[in-house]
Order: sequence, then C-alpha cells, then structure tokens
Amino acid sequence: MRNTKYDRIADNHKAEEDRVGNAVVAFLCGGFIGLLGEGIIEVFCTYYHMSRNEASTFMIVIFIFIASLCTSLGFFDKLVTKFKCGLLIPITGFAHSMTSSSLDYKREGPIYGIGSNMFKLAGSVILYGVVSAWFFGMIRYVIGGLG
Amino acid sequence: MLLFNSFLFCGFVCMISQIILDNSKLTPGHITSILVVLGAFLDSFSIYDEIIKVVGGGALLPITSFGHSLIHGALAKAESMGMIGILMGMFDLTATGISAAIIFSFIFTLIFKPKN
Repeated sequence: MRNTKYDRIADNHKAEEDRVGNAVVAFLCGGFIGLLGEGIIEVFCTYYHMSRNEASTFMIVIFIFIASLCTSLGFFDKLVTKFKCGLLIPITGFAHSMTSSSLDYKREGPIYGIGSNMFKLAGSVILYGVVSAWFFGMIRYVIGGLG
Repeated sequence: MLLFNSFLFCGFVCMISQIILDNSKLTPGHITSILVVLGAFLDSFSIYDEIIKVVGGGALLPITSFGHSLIHGALAKAESMGMIGILMGMFDLTATGISAAIIFSFIFTLIFKPKN
C-alpha cells in the first residue's frame, strides 16, 4: 500500500528523459568512433605499408590506450554521461570499465584492491563471450563441418 | 566508402543499445553481454565475417567483435587440431585487446589517483 503510493509520487517527480535525443547522440558518437577506427586503419595501411590485420590490431590498442588514459585522468565519466552508449558499446567501454573499477579499489591494496576488482565489470563480458563462443563453436563443429 | 559504412554500422549498434537501455530495466552490463553473445552467434555461421568485409574497421570496434574474434580463433584452431582446438584457439585473436587493457589499466592505476 505504502509502496504504491510512494511509486506514484516518485513517478511524478522523475526527470523526463529525451529518448530520441539520446539515441541520436549515441548514433553520432558511435558513428564517429567507427569512422575514426576505419580512418586509423587506412592511414596505417597507406603510410606504414601494414596489412589490414596488423593495422586493425594497432587501431584497437590505440583506442584502449586513449580510453584508459581518459578514465584515469577523470573526464571519461563526464563524457559517458553525455554520450552514453556511444562510448560504452565500442571497445572504449571495455577499457573504461577495467580502469575505473581498479582505480576505485586502489586504496584496498595491490592484491585485494586492484587485483581482485579489475575484472569486476569486464568479467561478465569475458565470461559470457567465452561460454557462448564455446557453445556455438561446438555446434558448428558437430553439425556444420569447418572450412 | 568503407569510412561511410563504418560510421553507419558503429553508430547503428550504439543507437540500438541506447534505445534498449532507455526503454528497459537492463543495465549497460547486460547490454554488452548480450552484444558479445550476439557477435559470437553471428560468427558461428560466418555472417560477421561478411559484415567486416563490407564495413571494415567500424565492425571491429563495437563489443560484438569481441565475441566474433573469440569464436573465429576457436574455429580456426579447430580446423587443424580437432575438437580440443576450440579451447586452444579461443583467445588467439582477442589476446591483444585483453592484454593491452590489463597492462594499460594497471599502469594508469599505479600512476594516477582516483578522482572523487
């Protein structure tokens, strides 16, 4: 009884979110990151004569470096509240989650602080990625054949 | 043309996840996990490889490509080693990303102080 009344009052005072605006901002920001990634690959290919595979590896390392640096300098969080999924879904979000959780627990020491909390958020991505890749890989191996 | 496709694809993935985030109770953690599973699913029948051919670098950046590279390495190794190759090759392609993320975040954690 009390909860329903509370919920009603809370609903009335909730800030109205601009969902369309959020989606457009996420589209533009994510698109810009994708554009930048492809641009970096093409620069490495033309000017340093790398193969596409090498160039894309360098590109991913560059993005992870920038995201970790911005997170530890403290302004990545502000960018995330502005651009939301546009920054969280690309690989920058993965690096951000690792750096921010290890920074948050730094004061608890190198083992129980940094060591055990680094994968606090990124762990779920790795866990479900590995489990699903194993599962689908087994299905493909058994029924589909390879090659 | 690849630049334009990258813009469209990467933006599209981000927009879809933003719409899901706004209209449901899922957190960003849920959405990234779902996208990784989706990437692994799409690559189990080589669909994601075709997307990468068309889109280029824009398809390597969203977290879906993490699932794609996990299963891609696993299947490549399984071709030469048999069933155990799925376990051996799992991290072949993603090793760069994970190692880089671990090393950079450890170094920056040691250097910088947490804000707030």
